[in-house]
Amino acid sequence: MTGGGAAEQRRHPRLRQGAVVAATLAVVVVLPLVVSQFRLALLSKYLVFAVVAIGLNLAWGYGGMLSLGHGVFFGLGAYCTGMYLKLAEAGSGLPDFMSWSGVSSLPAIWAPFRHAWFALPAAVLVPMGVAALLGASVFRRRVRGAYFALLTQALAAAFAILLVGQQGLTGGTNGLTNFSTVFGLEPGNPRTTQILFFAAAAAAAVAFLVVRQIVQSRFGRLLVAVRDGEDRVRFLGYDATRVKVVAFALSAGLAGLAGALFVPIVGIISPADVGVVPSIEMVVWVAIGGRATLAGPVIGALLVSYANTALSEWYPDGWLYLQGALFVVAVVWAPRGLAGLADRFRHLAWRPGSRRRAEVAVGAASP
Amino acid sequence: MELWLSQLFAGLGVAAVLLLIALGLTFTFGQMNVINMAHGEFIMAGAYTPYLLQGVLGAGLAGLAFGVALPVAFLVTGLLGLVLERTLIRRLYGRPLDTLLVTWGISLMLQQLARDLFGAPNVQVVAPAWLRGALDVGPVSLSYARLFTIALVTLIVVAVGIYLTRLAHGRRMRAVMQNRQLAGCSGIDTDRVDQLTFFVGSGLAGVAGVALTLLGPIGPGIGTGYIVDAFLVVIVGGLGQLRGAVIAAVGLGLLNSFLEYGTTASLAKVGVFAVIVVFLQFRPQGLVALRTRALT
Repeated sequence: MTGGGAAEQRRHPRLRQGAVVAATLAVVVVLPLVVSQFRLALLSKYLVFAVVAIGLNLAWGYGGMLSLGHGVFFGLGAYCTGMYLKLAEAGSGLPDFMSWSGVSSLPAIWAPFRHAWFALPAAVLVPMGVAALLGASVFRRRVRGAYFALLTQALAAAFAILLVGQQGLTGGTNGLTNFSTVFGLEPGNPRTTQILFFAAAAAAAVAFLVVRQIVQSRFGRLLVAVRDGEDRVRFLGYDATRVKVVAFALSAGLAGLAGALFVPIVGIISPADVGVVPSIEMVVWVAIGGRATLAGPVIGALLVSYANTALSEWYPDGWLYLQGALFVVAVVWAPRGLAGLADRFRHLAWRPGSRRRAEVAVGAASP
Repeated sequence: MELWLSQLFAGLGVAAVLLLIALGLTFTFGQMNVINMAHGEFIMAGAYTPYLLQGVLGAGLAGLAFGVALPVAFLVTGLLGLVLERTLIRRLYGRPLDTLLVTWGISLMLQQLARDLFGAPNVQVVAPAWLRGALDVGPVSLSYARLFTIALVTLIVVAVGIYLTRLAHGRRMRAVMQNRQLAGCSGIDTDRVDQLTFFVGSGLAGVAGVALTLLGPIGPGIGTGYIVDAFLVVIVGGLGQLRGAVIAAVGLGLLNSFLEYGTTASLAKVGVFAVIVVFLQFRPQGLVALRTRALT
């Protein structure tokens, strides 16, 4: 399940975990002190992406449901928060873009988003609901694998087109932006950036722990079993559909949470952040980091996003070549990503006997 | 009535292009279970073929260049597909989701390559003189370009149908699709059949690209817009089924066209998606499904 790392964890589990937790905490506390505000905001964005990757890994890595539409769930969360921020700024008036597109009264769907207690839970619950609805209807009819992937991709395409088309309701191509207040904080203020950074780090930590807990639970084993042999699980009397729907909805909820954080951190949400291409980029993070590993998606999201920024600053056109090439290499030659490579090297160096076990996991992880 | 007819004609035009793209996917996805996201970029390569040929032959021979581009684009994209199959996809048989990811990486690189070679702005291919204008049937005006596309697609569908059912090559292809091991045991060189299937499927993308130049300007990203819809056609039609693809393409094309008229273009997309999800409740295997007792 988690590859051969288990053997080593058994030897000093507490010690190793404690060291990792301490190191992570130290980094999180020290970073805001040493990096510039601009870099800190970027780091917060990468952490938000890591939350998406952790969630997507639950659906794809452990559940075998490749979603090419996670941008939709990310976007739903982001737009829920964006609507709240826009209304908080407008006070009793209309958000600025609505007056530009000739909308005279607040659309009914916007009204409840005036309240934070509605908007913030909605940012997680709406994506979960949409995912559960889609999952329940297609998994029940055993639409899976490539069909499911292509269907979710079509959803992402339709969602982005819808957002662009409904100018007066969604801000169209420009999306929602120009927030003058972020939950009572002043955007652009160094203090705000720090608070948002801690929020993003906390979200990533919570997402990581939740998914770890799920994967190690009975439900997690069932999920992996469904991935590797759905029919067999069904023959044993389990409701495979329910397992998949729950995992998919949780995964979507995490994407929604990430979206909700993305808006205050980056200051904009637009259709360009949620369509087909961003959705596949989310898959890239998981694939390069290592699907069906706990740490892989986090590392993948952080490294790939960092490389994106660094290369775009240095040589913008090169990024697409590199991203494409990285992806090809990762999927063809390292199907378990960076985490898989690390595992393999560790076994080669220390325990040559368990190399075979790692390879069994590779086979199982590629549905 | 007139409105209905012109909407019907517009829908058929969309359907023809969708079908042409989906036909290529019927080969690569349907027959070989390879999800080739770079199919969109093969379309793009096909679309740039008449543009380049017109540049070489000069404006006077634009019509000839367009005609020549059809077979040339087929060959060019077919070879592109063959190279892709030999170098990467061959390593991934039996891992359809991985082919999706790898070919997406390829498609990113091809798009950027096109941007570097031809520039990011869209370019216009000169339509041949005999395809400009429109045929007026009563109150409805049918553009020659659309009529030509519909005729071309009809011709190709018939040709593919004959190829798959009457010719030895096509029969082998279907045999390999239906039962790879048994086909291999019967002496069919499945490896060569795979190569040929991929060549033909990718080649059809090139032809679709040439047809697209009649509908408007072309750019490096032209393929991505169509590829998602074309995959939906394959899903609705049933994997690897020519008949299913034809019905699904016409159905989705018309549905889109009429929904667009009733609502807006953006709501129509969502409407089509909703209809497809509901449709899959009743026929999760698509319209025409190959009956099998195998469990996945």
